[in-house]
Amino acid sequence: MKFLVNPSKFNKVADYVFIPVLISSIILFSIGLIFAFYLSPDDYQQGSTVRIMYVHVPSAWLALLTYAIMTLYSIAGLAFKIPFGFIINTAVAPIGAVFTLICIISGSLWGKPMWGTWWVWDARLTSVAILFIIYLTIIFMNLSFENRIVREKVVAIFILVGSVNLPIVKFSVDWWNTLHQPATISKLSKPNIDPSMMTPLIIMTFAFIMIGIAIAILRIKTEIISRKSYLS
Amino acid sequence: MSLRFQRLLLILLTLVIILSAVLLILYNTRENVSYFYTPSEIDKSDIIINKTIRIGGFVENDSFNKISSSSFKFKITDEKASILVTFEGILPDLFREGQGAVIEGAFVDKNIFNATNVFAKHDENYMPASIKEDLQNTGYWNNKYK
Repeated sequence: MKFLVNPSKFNKVADYVFIPVLISSIILFSIGLIFAFYLSPDDYQQGSTVRIMYVHVPSAWLALLTYAIMTLYSIAGLAFKIPFGFIINTAVAPIGAVFTLICIISGSLWGKPMWGTWWVWDARLTSVAILFIIYLTIIFMNLSFENRIVREKVVAIFILVGSVNLPIVKFSVDWWNTLHQPATISKLSKPNIDPSMMTPLIIMTFAFIMIGIAIAILRIKTEIISRKSYLS
Repeated sequence: MSLRFQRLLLILLTLVIILSAVLLILYNTRENVSYFYTPSEIDKSDIIINKTIRIGGFVENDSFNKISSSSFKFKITDEKASILVTFEGILPDLFREGQGAVIEGAFVDKNIFNATNVFAKHDENYMPASIKEDLQNTGYWNNKYK
């Protein structure tokens, strides 16, 4: 597992897995979208609109997962002085921002027909909007600062402070009254979703994970190269 | 204790402190963070006339009355208390008796809530429409789910 903390080992593993990951993401997307549009049934309440879920939910999960990964790498970078942690932070932030944006846009397209509004300031929607702003701040902080060492540390600390928002996003629907419904899939109870709708959701989630990994590999490799030229 | 372990401890401790600070703030402002009040949370003696608030709950069964094509009257309930709501406008597709809804508006007197906006709330259950038909045909359909 050294490739998760060592740039040159990461480069080697990344070269092996990049093409398979890219191909599997394309395959998973085609299967997943066929399932989502043609093979999955209409919902008993929402009709066809429920198909937005197959984009909305995976992107929301991935937005949170990306931030959680950045948090772990920030801790690794600050506490254990692993510079690869800072490389990941710089490379992965825009990916998380895009997933958050997809989640917000698809969510508002879903909200208009179902709730009757594009946007409300309830706890879930507001905390996700804050997550998006945090991502944007990280991206802009990465573009500022003359001194790379200072920038890396400041960004990592900012990521750690922002990670407080993650449990709030996750549990906002349980802690407060919100227009957004509570989680369908949780560890403690049987999911309240029919298997015929669960299948495309899982396939789409893996498709999103794969495309996320593929883009991350490209961006991390670029970041490693740019740092090498920075040092020499 | 090694230096890297000290740094790790410091980071985790800071995170815990920040998180508990934020959660304490949010916990103590939960009445404002919550998007709506349920009917039983509203104290009849505390009602301020014409102040915009949001209430949420289920549309009470057999309470929906269509006064004209765009004017409606129904009750919002959380099974402990219920509030009479009047609304003029277009209702969302999901709106029906037994369905969750969030109503924005103000009390015009102690008992009548005049809505300016109606949002439908949907639950976290997803089920194919065909299964609903099967259940209805075999008589296993629980009429509580609309």
